[in-house]
Amino acid sequence: MFVRHPAEGVAAMDLVVDGLHCGACISTIEKGLGRVRGVRGARVNLASKRVTVEWDDGALAPEAILDRLSGLGYPAYPFAAAAADSVEAVEERRLLKCLGVAAFGAMNVMLISVALWSGAADSEAWATRDFFHWLSALVVLPTVAYAGRPFFDSAVRALRQATFNMDVPITIGVTLALLLSVAQTLQHGRETYFESAAMLVLFLLAGRFLDSRMRRKTRDVATNLAAIKAEKAIKLTDGGEAVETPIEAVAPGDLVLARAGDRIAVDGIVEDGRSEVDQSLVTGETAPIAVAPGALVYAGALNLTGALRVRVSHAATGTLLDEVNALLGKAVEQRSSYVRLADRASRLYAPVVHLTALTTFLGWLAVGLAWEPALVIAITVLIITCPCALGLAVPAVQVVAASAMFRRGVMLNSGDALERLADVDAIVFDKTGTLTLPQPSLANLVDIAPEDLALAGSLALASKHPLAKAVAAAAGATNPLAAHEFPGQGVTVFHDGKRLKLGSAAYCKAEAEAAEVAARWPDASLIAFRGAPERAVVFAIRQAPRPDAREVVAGLAREGYAIEILSGDRREAVEEVARELGIAHFSAGLKPADKIARLKALRGEGRHVLMVGDGLNDAPALAAANVSISPISAAHLTQAQADAVFLGDRLAPVADALHLARKAKGLMVGNLWLSAIYNLIAVPIAILGFASPLVAALAMSGSSILVTLNALRARSAGARA
Amino acid sequence: MNVLVYLVPLALALGGLGLAAFLWAMRSGQFDDLEGAAWRAISDDDLPEDEGKE
Repeated sequence: MFVRHPAEGVAAMDLVVDGLHCGACISTIEKGLGRVRGVRGARVNLASKRVTVEWDDGALAPEAILDRLSGLGYPAYPFAAAAADSVEAVEERRLLKCLGVAAFGAMNVMLISVALWSGAADSEAWATRDFFHWLSALVVLPTVAYAGRPFFDSAVRALRQATFNMDVPITIGVTLALLLSVAQTLQHGRETYFESAAMLVLFLLAGRFLDSRMRRKTRDVATNLAAIKAEKAIKLTDGGEAVETPIEAVAPGDLVLARAGDRIAVDGIVEDGRSEVDQSLVTGETAPIAVAPGALVYAGALNLTGALRVRVSHAATGTLLDEVNALLGKAVEQRSSYVRLADRASRLYAPVVHLTALTTFLGWLAVGLAWEPALVIAITVLIITCPCALGLAVPAVQVVAASAMFRRGVMLNSGDALERLADVDAIVFDKTGTLTLPQPSLANLVDIAPEDLALAGSLALASKHPLAKAVAAAAGATNPLAAHEFPGQGVTVFHDGKRLKLGSAAYCKAEAEAAEVAARWPDASLIAFRGAPERAVVFAIRQAPRPDAREVVAGLAREGYAIEILSGDRREAVEEVARELGIAHFSAGLKPADKIARLKALRGEGRHVLMVGDGLNDAPALAAANVSISPISAAHLTQAQADAVFLGDRLAPVADALHLARKAKGLMVGNLWLSAIYNLIAVPIAILGFASPLVAALAMSGSSILVTLNALRARSAGARA
Repeated sequence: MNVLVYLVPLALALGGLGLAAFLWAMRSGQFDDLEGAAWRAISDDDLPEDEGKE
């Protein structure tokens, strides 16, 4: 389904490649793939971390290419370039083409204009002047006719729907300026405004192009991320064969196999098999649930003990790909309240612009000026008041801030989250999966002798139990021992003349040691290991705080945010984490309704509350806070409820999001002021006829560029900004 | 001033050449991968003894 057919007999596929970062990777991949029989060619794009492979159709299976790439050390993931992506790419290319043409036209007409300004226009040799004017017309008219198309098209679209947008005054201004210039040229006049029109189009196109490229880059990164994280399912064909398939290729009604220890990739009904599933990601409930044929299982649930055959009811929805795309689409499209304000202002403003220009024209006529200079002044007013800066003021900041957040691992889910984040003065954290890592890990690693850990790790590999998995992961074990498992007790093996046991404290007869460890790690789950008759070790497995949680929390507290923990977990567990992270205020054993009550109380005190949480039980609390953030490991519903989602194991994105939002809000307000002040100063000057259309074009573009540059500062808000 | 008859078309032609070069570069994908090209220049792809390297 990812394979394209660019030509007869040729198949091609686009892949996202993990770990692609330097020149050596390019030649390794391109040569490595080139040696595969049937491959016509491979082309690496280092900037977008993608490879395009072409091969003779039917000569090999696409899977062979993936195998070859992972054999070379580069795990690759196919992705279908989204339709929206290509539409945007086409639009961007069109803008770039227009920009090239406009730059050519503007440069050449300026060359001629400099000659005119430096004397040719005032000389008595009108033949030379006319020649230059005609030359300008020759360059500018086709240039603007081509390069101005994006504005003209958009203006026509707006007018057809009987609305105004920013492009309407631009179009009218440019057209009038050109018509007037042609008229002047025909009458051997001195003043033409060809260069003003060309420069205006050039500057506006530059702004549009930068904006469009920024959006596309953000989307590219998201697509790569989604392809890498794309889940796979094991599909059972009618012949009973098991095939690993990307989740997009699984349809409702298919039968998939969920092995013990796998995350179930689809929503469906169990057809065959018995197991326990951990639905903590879906429901927040940590105790495993027994499932039997006929039971419903949800995508994201962890299958713990036995293999299940699941008849698919929903597939390819609620996958990370969908979520990321949806999140990003929303972030890009949804309009914040400031954008809405700016939009409304632009819409109201556009008719005002036209009226002002018309009044200026009539006013100067009434005063007794000839119609030509009056029209020039009117055009100047039209161009100078064009509300581009106003229209750019907020969206530019938003796009820059959203993509800066994205690079720091935060995806905005709602358009006005930025402003609400900027107002936050209190932060409420959930504990499990938010302040702590979603996966449990070994807490007392330093107390354990390396040889014990290595043996225990190898033994743990034989078990599917979540605690055993944490031990195996901590030991980095790769060679499983052929152990025998007693369900509910532990695993054992006879190894090197010794009986090894890993399991509950009772099973290993290590109650005394266990009590000691339990005293030190009150919130940990314990698993014991007996490697020799005389010696037992007890592992404390707990959900460790995110690696940078302490610094981030301390940093936020220093900046004056009020921080507290609201958790549904046991008091000892919460207390331990709160002590470790230096958080003074915490509440444990809360039900969702209690969390909401606490949030309401905080809001009642006039606080603007940020809720950070991940479990499904947090979803209502997230909605009750002023603004909310979830980790990407959160349940789907929770993510959908949250205003932003952050990626990765670190907590720093939360702090970054707050910093960026604060900075962005300041810039938005600053930009609105900038454009308002610009208009207050420039418009009277233009109405009084002290500015020429060229000055107007420069001033207008200048203000837009100023506002855009100001917006770019949103990017630089560092971790400690 | 008669020199303008040559100079102006020449200026336009040179500008047009630049524009044509830009459009060609864009159409042939020269701007698609701005990072990779820098590395390709220093890779040893064209040397004969690259067999056996992976």
